Amino acid sequence: MPGSKKYPSKIISLHFSKNVSRKPMMCTLARKFDLTFNILKARITPKEEGHMIIELSGPEEDFQKGLSYLMEQGITIQEVSQNITRDEDSCMHCGVCLSLCLPQALYLEKESRLIKFDSNKCTACGRCTRVCPVNAMQVQIDTNGE
Amino acid sequence: MATIKKTLAEINEKIKKGKAVVLNALEMAELVQKVGKEKAAREVDVVTTGTFSPMCSSGLLFNFGQYPPLIKASKVWLNGVPAYAGLAAVDAYLGATEPAEDDPLNKVFPGQFKYGGGHVIEDLVRGKSVHLRALAYGTDCYPRKFLEKDITLGELRNAILLNPRNCYQNYNCAVNLSSKIKYTYMGPLRPNLGNANFATSGPLSPLFNDPYLRTIGTGTKIFLGGGIGYVIGYGTQHNPSPSRNERGLPLVPAATLMLKGDLKQMQARYLRGVSLIGYGCSLSVGVGIPIPILDEEMAWFTGVRAEDILMPVIDYGEDYGQGKAKALKYVNYAELLAGEIELEGKKIPTVPLTSYSLSLEIANKLKEWIEKGEFLLTESQEQIPSY
Repeated sequence: MPGSKKYPSKIISLHFSKNVSRKPMMCTLARKFDLTFNILKARITPKEEGHMIIELSGPEEDFQKGLSYLMEQGITIQEVSQNITRDEDSCMHCGVCLSLCLPQALYLEKESRLIKFDSNKCTACGRCTRVCPVNAMQVQIDTNGE
Repeated sequence: MATIKKTLAEINEKIKKGKAVVLNALEMAELVQKVGKEKAAREVDVVTTGTFSPMCSSGLLFNFGQYPPLIKASKVWLNGVPAYAGLAAVDAYLGATEPAEDDPLNKVFPGQFKYGGGHVIEDLVRGKSVHLRALAYGTDCYPRKFLEKDITLGELRNAILLNPRNCYQNYNCAVNLSSKIKYTYMGPLRPNLGNANFATSGPLSPLFNDPYLRTIGTGTKIFLGGGIGYVIGYGTQHNPSPSRNERGLPLVPAATLMLKGDLKQMQARYLRGVSLIGYGCSLSVGVGIPIPILDEEMAWFTGVRAEDILMPVIDYGEDYGQGKAKALKYVNYAELLAGEIELEGKKIPTVPLTSYSLSLEIANKLKEWIEKGEFLLTESQEQIPSY
């Protein structure tokens, strides 16, 4: 099960070039390695390039091997958490973003009443960027000009 | 023991000498809980409150000065946002919710409302240059028909933040009973009771600490947008006689205040242009009101705690828009702060729109000003009706 306690899990963003987007790589990934994945977002653009966000979990060794396998296939991998930023000067800590952050990557710290951001839980859905009243949330996922 | 009676003049004397005891509203609630209202009234002179929330009924009254030949402007824009110019020659009023003229609004739903009156106000306070455009039909005394100029806040002859309705005493807690997401001024509401949004700083909120406006009236000096402002009367939609709980706290949106202050001394940290998705533009305004502890009753009122405050839960999925708003339930502010309320057997996560941390910061800033002797209290010149 993705996100199970047994193994650490990571949310990653994958970019498939036109040449590879039609190959059943995720299936191979699961078969060859002791990995499980949960697809959070997937699409193929009109230019036939693919973009997928998955939560991947499994033993560390398989995890690394799995990533190497994907990279060998020509897939670009980004850690989703690296692509989300918050403008700390701009954030008012109001809480509007909490309305639509379903994975609760944005959450209210009860003691300080500040809105905290746990980038490890973020699935880069981008809803917070549209709902933030002061445009403090920025998601930069390279979607190949999509 | 004699009853405690203090006058504003006595409190101001203490402030001037740096001897006034000032607490923020949270500290006061704790003290009253611990030592009772009588001892608290004896010990404390002033309680400071604070709130930082979108307050749509806000705006800027400005005079942009003449650049001969003279103009009597009939249409005015700042950064493409229309201002109301049906005033004297170069006076205009820019409303916080006015979107830029070329904004696509809700044509592609939900609209983003990226720039509007509130944003212009924030930009001016940040010292940014703003593009002024004015049209006129031309008269014998005011021949100019067109003016275009980049101006800064410093170059405006007058810039007065003039807010017809701020500081709502209590407000609705918004939910959505429908099966579609709703984009409201209370923020996005997910379908089927997905979230419950609320907008007040609760025990820190000015009008929860003086529920009958005994000390807050026309002429009360306040913290407004990081500078000094004044209450200039009751605000629009003011409801003087709401249903109340046993503490005198309204159970519905009730009292409101009209505020003004010189924009030139304000700070952008406490005055933010905001975009509410699918709804429109607005301005988040920071307000802090000092409450003099004149007697035991004021100590008791300022001892208000989160659990004393009840807010009506209203369906914004259908009821509100149809003018059929009814309280589905009352929830107390402590539950809202804790993060979950229960309705129709469902646990609903709560979402604040008011920045609690900034509200507290404002109360503390005002406290600091008073402690330093920089801010004296003023006597209200006219009572705002409240009963």
